[in-house]
Amino acid sequence: MRERRGKEFYVLAIFFTVFVIFLYGPVSAILILSFQGPNGGLTFPMNGVSIHWFFALFGEQLVGDFKAAFLRSLQLGLVVMVVTIFVSVLTGLAFRKKFFGSTFLFYTTVSSLIVPSILVSLGIGLLYNLMEWEAAWYSSGMGAHLTWTLPFGFLIMIAVFNRFDRSYEEAAKDLGASNWQTIRYVVLPIIAPSLIGVALFGFTLSYDEFARTLMTSGVKNTLPLEIFGMTTNVTTPTLYALGTLTTIFSLVVILTAMGIVFYMQKRRERFGTDAGKGV
Amino acid sequence: METCINLNDLNKWFGSFQVLDSINLSISTAEKVVICGPSGSGKSTLIRCVNALEPFQSGSVNVCGISVEKNGRNATDIQRRVGMVFQQFNLFPHLSVLKNCTLAPCRVLGLSDDEAGAKAMHYLERVRIPEQASKYPADLSGGQQQRVAIARALTMEPELMLFDEPTSALDPEVVTEVLDTMVDLAETGMTMICVTHEMGFAKQVADRVVFMDEGKIIEIATPEKFFSEPTHERTQFFLSRVLG
Ligand SMILES: Nc1ncnc2c1ncn2[C@@H]1O[C@H](COP(=O)(O)OP(=O)(O)O)[C@@H](O)[C@H]1O
Ligand SMILES: [Mg+2]
Repeated sequence: MRERRGKEFYVLAIFFTVFVIFLYGPVSAILILSFQGPNGGLTFPMNGVSIHWFFALFGEQLVGDFKAAFLRSLQLGLVVMVVTIFVSVLTGLAFRKKFFGSTFLFYTTVSSLIVPSILVSLGIGLLYNLMEWEAAWYSSGMGAHLTWTLPFGFLIMIAVFNRFDRSYEEAAKDLGASNWQTIRYVVLPIIAPSLIGVALFGFTLSYDEFARTLMTSGVKNTLPLEIFGMTTNVTTPTLYALGTLTTIFSLVVILTAMGIVFYMQKRRERFGTDAGKGV
Repeated sequence: METCINLNDLNKWFGSFQVLDSINLSISTAEKVVICGPSGSGKSTLIRCVNALEPFQSGSVNVCGISVEKNGRNATDIQRRVGMVFQQFNLFPHLSVLKNCTLAPCRVLGLSDDEAGAKAMHYLERVRIPEQASKYPADLSGGQQQRVAIARALTMEPELMLFDEPTSALDPEVVTEVLDTMVDLAETGMTMICVTHEMGFAKQVADRVVFMDEGKIIEIATPEKFFSEPTHERTQFFLSRVLG
């Protein structure tokens, strides 16, 4: 016997279907079209299946400078990631105690998440102009990305330290550990899985940031800017091939992060050899 | 007898609330003192002052010949000499039992991995739990975890040991294994301060019993006197509640 389903079920089911279509529809379309036959165009129908456009991407008639743009985005993402981890751990530690101006500092930091990205970008661009500094992806661009990733990392670390049990630190102190030893050997290892989360956030937010890079990257493009540029002047499915490759790269990054967390947990279990064997 | 701990007119406030009120207590080397009293009477705070986990406002705390500074600046010197066992065990969740016991000897005392490992196994055997060395704290029962915590504190070869209600977070059936370990430890001549409501343990091991209430030491007596003829009304009331 099937249970009769109420109206809510169908409303939610439709909502979810639309959600899935919006999320995966375009991605799958790009994925499929990137395997367009050599004579195919930018839209369906498929005119055969090939990996022609992937070769074209790396071929002679270079479509945009996406390799350099990718390398820029990669480097920028990694540096932003490291700075984000470092600074958000330190601020997270600092904010465990109330100090003069801590509330004010908290809101000024977090408000960066509310200010429209394009305004931040424009502002930084203007400032560089005014000061007659040269904007570049590794200076003004990095600053703009950090205005986005740091508040995120900061909020995550505040949540992490809120749940962190201080008694572990007291135990370390009681064993004679210095402040630094307590952080190095007790606090950091315990919060390590969360740090991987912060790293992933820091990297991906920077890697695909468009608005905040728009006015701040100077003459050289990051990958999102380069791809956006290509949409206007590339008229072959190479564009989709590039989309597929960058999507795969993002997936690899996420899977790597998950793999590291998984490995950490496994390692714990492996050393806890006879757990559950009733020894 | 050599004095191991000397508390002189110790006062501590949390904001405007006075937790410790003119505490005077002197404890000799190898002496065993049990502290009891109602919840919130300041027992934990008192022993946390002894190993410099809490700052205090006035009076003096002297431990192992070192005067603890009020602001806790020389805390590490004290903490290396004092071992503490907590109610919630506080084992490091990310380390195996063995690593829990070798971390401080390696990092604080600078022993090699082998030396620290040998020392850790020695003390794990002392608390009769060497076969669990490779497990993680989460895989152990409460009683086992607390015995590991005792072993971990002992690896630093402390001059005195503090216990803050070591059995009150445990299931009744494993309380004995922890108390037995503490009795063994007492027999080795360790100086011990135990905050506990295990009156059987107090009778068996304590040289003196301290009764606290509202931040004050109300009564100090030998166990015989303390349990048979407590002088203060508050002590009598407390004992009638605890002993049932
Ligand atoms: N960090 C703190 N801030 C404010 N009050 C505290 C703090 N720690 C303990 N207290 C208060 O101090 C009193 C004594 O606490 P404690 O020493 O833990 O008592 P006991 O161990 O005897 O139960 C309690 O009233 C408790 O609420
Ligand atoms: Mg207590």
